[in-house]
Amino acid sequence: MNNTISEDRRKYLSQKKRRKNAILITQIVSLTAFIALWEILANAGVIDSFLMSQPSRIVRTFLNMSSNNLLMHLGVTVLETIVGFLLGTMIGTLLACILWWSDFISKVSEPFLVVLNSLPKVALGPIIIVWVGAGTPAIITMALAISLVVTVLEMLNGFQATDENIIKMTSTFRATKWQIFTKVVFPSNIGTLINALKVNIGLSLVGVISGEFLVSKAGLGYLIVYGGQVFKLDLVMTSVIILGIVAAAMYECVVLLEKLILRFVMHKTA
Amino acid sequence: MEEVLRLENISKLYQDENCETVAIKDFTYGFQKGDFVSIIGPSGCGKSTLLSIIAGLEKASSGKIFIGGVESSGVSDSIGYMLQKDYLLDWRTIQSNVMFGLEIKHMVTEESKAYVERLLKTYGLYEFKDKYPSQLSGGMRQRAALIRTLASNPDILLLDEAFSALDYQTRLSVTDDVYSIIKKEGKTAIMVTHDIPESISMSDKVIVLSHRPATIKKVYDIDFDLENRTPLNCRENPKFSTFFDCIWRELNK
Repeated sequence: MNNTISEDRRKYLSQKKRRKNAILITQIVSLTAFIALWEILANAGVIDSFLMSQPSRIVRTFLNMSSNNLLMHLGVTVLETIVGFLLGTMIGTLLACILWWSDFISKVSEPFLVVLNSLPKVALGPIIIVWVGAGTPAIITMALAISLVVTVLEMLNGFQATDENIIKMTSTFRATKWQIFTKVVFPSNIGTLINALKVNIGLSLVGVISGEFLVSKAGLGYLIVYGGQVFKLDLVMTSVIILGIVAAAMYECVVLLEKLILRFVMHKTA
Repeated sequence: MEEVLRLENISKLYQDENCETVAIKDFTYGFQKGDFVSIIGPSGCGKSTLLSIIAGLEKASSGKIFIGGVESSGVSDSIGYMLQKDYLLDWRTIQSNVMFGLEIKHMVTEESKAYVERLLKTYGLYEFKDKYPSQLSGGMRQRAALIRTLASNPDILLLDEAFSALDYQTRLSVTDDVYSIIKKEGKTAIMVTHDIPESISMSDKVIVLSHRPATIKKVYDIDFDLENRTPLNCRENPKFSTFFDCIWRELNK
């Protein structure tokens, strides 16, 4: 390695670094400015803090977590999301496997899947509640309903797009369909599976929150609806902000998982 | 000479909603042991279909295939197939990739492992056996794919435009490599290609096919009278252009 860096290279590197810093600083400044403006305008009475809430009140609500049982509600939402997410991914992948296996079943179910995919699943909410009861199972079913069809379609697409020639290569060794699936088709679709995970974590959260809106017993979705009904906008805002953070954190977990899988299972550097 | 593979009146029809296409018609030929035979023909004439039928991946509409004198149907253990690209599996090491065929066939034994190890050592891939395909050059990947095919010790190798995905420079050296490996292991090879120079430089016989439906137009004996024949020194031989002219004319007739 050459230790002396050329003038041009140094310029290029410092320019890159400067740009990166500029972006980060602008992001922090705009967020701070937004919060500060909100606080100042609320204090000055330009905006009604009863309707719009106010950063200091949100912080207070946040610090009083225990009196609002915020943590418990947060826990409920996270748990329901994870269960819905895992169930959606697993059942969806399993169904996709069956559809890959039998071209006939796949062709038969095609129009039904298309309809189910375009149907707004939230519309099924009341039916789900009547069928499984107003409680956690209904919320998980909702999360499942939203993520399931997407997973099936995405995984099936991936399976069917596996390189014909790799399958041909495997067939020349007299491979059975099961061997082709487990040794080639499934492993080549680890990337598709990770993409499905990324989409599903967001979709499950949508399902859980809309489920909680309807069931109205516990969870951040419940807090948001309840806060809105009793005009506790501080509670609504705090819940929304926590929800945002939780959603981002869960997504990051999937991204981390992706990196680990790519590195240690697929031996690719992403 | 011993006949290892015989095709008798092989025909192939494709059915389609609008029409019926005859891809191959009455193909009859006996392949001699140890020969390197190229099948060359206009594109879309059904040469790859023919190879798939020999490999047992597709069924002929009529006709018979005899391998070592015995009628065969389906994929045979005596046949190894190499495709256009290496199709090594990215998530497996080279070692595990070359064992892939044996693993599928449930033929992993101490003996077969030793054989693969010998192949890896002989053909310069042993130090790379724990590496992943992405860490190897195109030529090495192709050699790994050949070892994967050779691992289950087939008598007949089918090469389906096996070098067409490589750049010209790599292609020349890989051709040399593969040729010497096939000859050294004493295999019979059948190669489908549309590259006339490649077919001349590697083969003992070149079969020229007609337009669809494919039938044998002519079979050329490619004899260079060379002591140590390699694809590269064939290309330098004065006879090369004569063969080229004949085959080129036949193809365009």
